[in-house]
Amino acid sequence: MTKKKAIEEMTYEEAFVELEAIVASLEAGDQTLDESTGLYARGQALVLRCAELLEKTELKVSQLTGEVLKDFEAEA
Amino acid sequence: MQPELLDTSPRYTVTDLTRRLRRLLEATPALQDIWVLGEISNFSRPSSGHVYFSIKDASAQLRCVIWRSDASRLKIAAVDGLLVEAHGNLSLYEAGGQYQLYVDQLRPVGEGALYAEYLRLKALLESEGLFVPERKRPIPERSRRIGIVTSPTGAALRDILTALQRRYPLAQVILAPTPVQGVEAPSAIAAALGSLNLYAAPDVILLARGGGSMEDLWAFNDERVVRAVAASTAPIISGVGHETDFTLADFAADLRAPTPTAAAELATSVTVMDLRSDLEAFEDWLTKNALSTIQVRKETLGWQAQRLRLASPVRLLQGERQRLDDLNHRLLSARRQNLTLASAQLAGLKNRLGALNPLAVLRRGYAVITSQAEGRILTRIEQVHPGEVVHVRLQDGTFTSRVLEKEDEYDQEKSDRRDDL
Repeated sequence: MTKKKAIEEMTYEEAFVELEAIVASLEAGDQTLDESTGLYARGQALVLRCAELLEKTELKVSQLTGEVLKDFEAEA
Repeated sequence: MQPELLDTSPRYTVTDLTRRLRRLLEATPALQDIWVLGEISNFSRPSSGHVYFSIKDASAQLRCVIWRSDASRLKIAAVDGLLVEAHGNLSLYEAGGQYQLYVDQLRPVGEGALYAEYLRLKALLESEGLFVPERKRPIPERSRRIGIVTSPTGAALRDILTALQRRYPLAQVILAPTPVQGVEAPSAIAAALGSLNLYAAPDVILLARGGGSMEDLWAFNDERVVRAVAASTAPIISGVGHETDFTLADFAADLRAPTPTAAAELATSVTVMDLRSDLEAFEDWLTKNALSTIQVRKETLGWQAQRLRLASPVRLLQGERQRLDDLNHRLLSARRQNLTLASAQLAGLKNRLGALNPLAVLRRGYAVITSQAEGRILTRIEQVHPGEVVHVRLQDGTFTSRVLEKEDEYDQEKSDRRDDL
């Protein structure tokens, strides 16, 4: 885990990928108690971030016009 | 307005004109014995038994009549929306002022030219290998970028967006708007597919159109569209028309969905509901793991403490003490056992001794006779002499007597038994 992006700026995929890595590394279980406590805390924070994203997300729709992407406003 | 005198225009009554038009139509060979292709609408069959309907396409419609005699020979279940070829003569219904086709044969278009064209193109593209299963690419389980090619105003787009919002709102949706019917539709659809692949690089593309007649869906049987589908970089899910409609674009697509909504569902086989339960599982695991990390360390600690206790000299001492106790216990119980045995043996001996006491027999009426002169116990008659003094011992005392005479006539058996005493 070299890049430590702020958790609240992560996309769902980024947060989930790191969460998987943390779980795998905790499963291997070769850390000191201190390290595993730290990993655990970060894992929890990532879980919260993912859950928040799942709750809040609205489908983002854009429209391709020629080569340009614009926000798409559905006509009622 | 011109003065009346100069007006040379023909004048008709409505009836005259209408009759003339009717004759004109009926006298035109190109309008008799013809086939007309269209979709049935306003089908009705009143109690008269005659059948009335229109056939139409995108931009025109034609009134049709089937007389009762012909109607009874109809081979197909004619309903609104059915694409048919109608055979008959064109004429004019004077009372209504309507030209109409007097139909004597009706057949689904499947037997007609359009279907023949569909089959021809299908066979051609099939022979090029455009529809083979090996060409089908897998649909990603989770697509971050989902492209949509459909009409921006159609129900299909609304259905797709609703399904995507419900199932996987994390997706980014890129719409490439295009008309989906009419002459310009095929090239526009093909272009939309091309630029979507080129500029938006989606993980999957949904090609969709709501239900309609075979003609409405015809753009999706166009060769340009089918080739664009086959050439797409991103895998394509087609959702065109209803369950029963199979267009050539469906055959070329990597996956065919029965409806636009189904296409959106197939594009999102993993939903946020799945993600949520995955996340919960991870969360559970994290919590359990944190607990078990501590638990494992606690157990290890406890185990080491136990080993320490076992290795301590106190423990050794306790062991010795216990061995001592053991020995002591064994000693005690051995002694107790010996004593018991000894007293039992003693009692046995005592009994046996009692049985051997010669005086015991005196209680049963026997006597012991001792010679006074020799001092020995008399057991045989030959030891006895008349006139001799003997001592007679009974169980509770002794008396002295003198032998008067003796007889030695005891039988052997009796004397033997006395010997046993």
